[in-house]
Amino acid sequence: MSLHKLDARHTLCPMPVIKTQNKIAGLEPGDLLEVTCTDPGALSDIPAWCRINGHTVKETRENDDEVVIVVQVAS
Amino acid sequence: MSTQPNSEKKRAVALISGGLDSLLAAKVMLEQGIHVEGINFYTGFCVEGHTHAIRKKDKAKPKRNNALWSAEQLGIKLHIIDIIEEYKDVLINPKHGYGANMNPCLDCKIFMISKAKQWMEENGFDFIITGEVIGQRPMSQRKDLLPIVVQESGADDLLVRPLCAKNLEATLPEREGWIDRDKMKGFSGRNRKPQMALAKEYGFEDYATPAGGCCFLTDKSYSDKLVDLWKARNKKEYELDDIMLLKVGRHIRPAPHFKLIVSREDGENKFLQGYKKNFAFIEIKSHNGPLTLIDGELSDDDLKLASRIAARFSQGRDADVVTVKTTTKEGREQQFDIPPMPTSEVKQEWYI
Ligand code: SF4
Repeated sequence: MSLHKLDARHTLCPMPVIKTQNKIAGLEPGDLLEVTCTDPGALSDIPAWCRINGHTVKETRENDDEVVIVVQVAS
Repeated sequence: MSTQPNSEKKRAVALISGGLDSLLAAKVMLEQGIHVEGINFYTGFCVEGHTHAIRKKDKAKPKRNNALWSAEQLGIKLHIIDIIEEYKDVLINPKHGYGANMNPCLDCKIFMISKAKQWMEENGFDFIITGEVIGQRPMSQRKDLLPIVVQESGADDLLVRPLCAKNLEATLPEREGWIDRDKMKGFSGRNRKPQMALAKEYGFEDYATPAGGCCFLTDKSYSDKLVDLWKARNKKEYELDDIMLLKVGRHIRPAPHFKLIVSREDGENKFLQGYKKNFAFIEIKSHNGPLTLIDGELSDDDLKLASRIAARFSQGRDADVVTVKTTTKEGREQQFDIPPMPTSEVKQEWYI
């Protein structure tokens, strides 16, 4: 299991979801992906995409300008 | 194409737009025991997402992507495909022309269905589903145009439209008995009541009801801004950032060689901050005021004119002078006091 990072800042939904989807396609089951976004819409869209596709949202963090979502790839 | 025997579960890829029709079409197929997965194409112009994330006033509304929401209601996977680059040619050179605004709906449909077909073949699926209903939209859903979509997309008789299938010739999945034609629908025209009744029957509530089409290209004001952009550049081309910015702020062109993008509220201000490194810009220092991006090359006189216009949209609009700071694309800063332009002098024809 390894930790990967994805910078999806300054893109608007659905681009953060598309970037997450494409990145995860190349990861191994159980890997963690930390996605950083500036569009608060990602807070609802990335977890929705994960629910549909069986991945797990391990953590979401939010501050003034950025949201961070940690996803574990489905095994 | 898959060569599975009839007894195996057939697999269909459904074009999911986020609207009610594609949701229902996929459900009609799921009810027949078909394995359905959704596909959603992102052109850069889609109404989904975006503006709700930009404008602060919308913050109270729950944010959701309706295509993802549809897939979740259906319990199916959704694949969102970025077609921004390939879509440029569809929009710039539509073989069948534009609709009421800059929407190339017929070419767009053909393109998306041909992409869906490609996806179907690459992923071992058997046929394609769309939520089209004959006669519902003037340009892309006329009965005489539906065969054009089928032929030019190359989907042939693998394209199933469950909501109006009974009004169309039987497709291969119907003829082969993969799906039951009797259980398909025969909707047509602009009346939405049958769809609403079916949604109720399936227990779908709170579905999206977009007023226009599925994208910003059906919007007059957006289309005007796109045409203006092409005219100013003297060529039909765009990047994703260009088309994002057409959704934000007031667009004012006081002279053919430059345009101002003036934010209207905090959310837009924040969004435009992200573009400061790509544009010259004006900030209001003495009062609360908008961030203004400048698209074009400006002389010193142009910059003064632009600053007076930007000041007019600040809280100092009635003051004798407003302090503004301008920053060129190269990062050269200048600060000066300037009288805001009276509202009566901001010409109506400058607004795009
Ligand atoms: S409204 Fe936009 S996305 Fe929908 S068919 Fe027309 S051009 Fe394509």
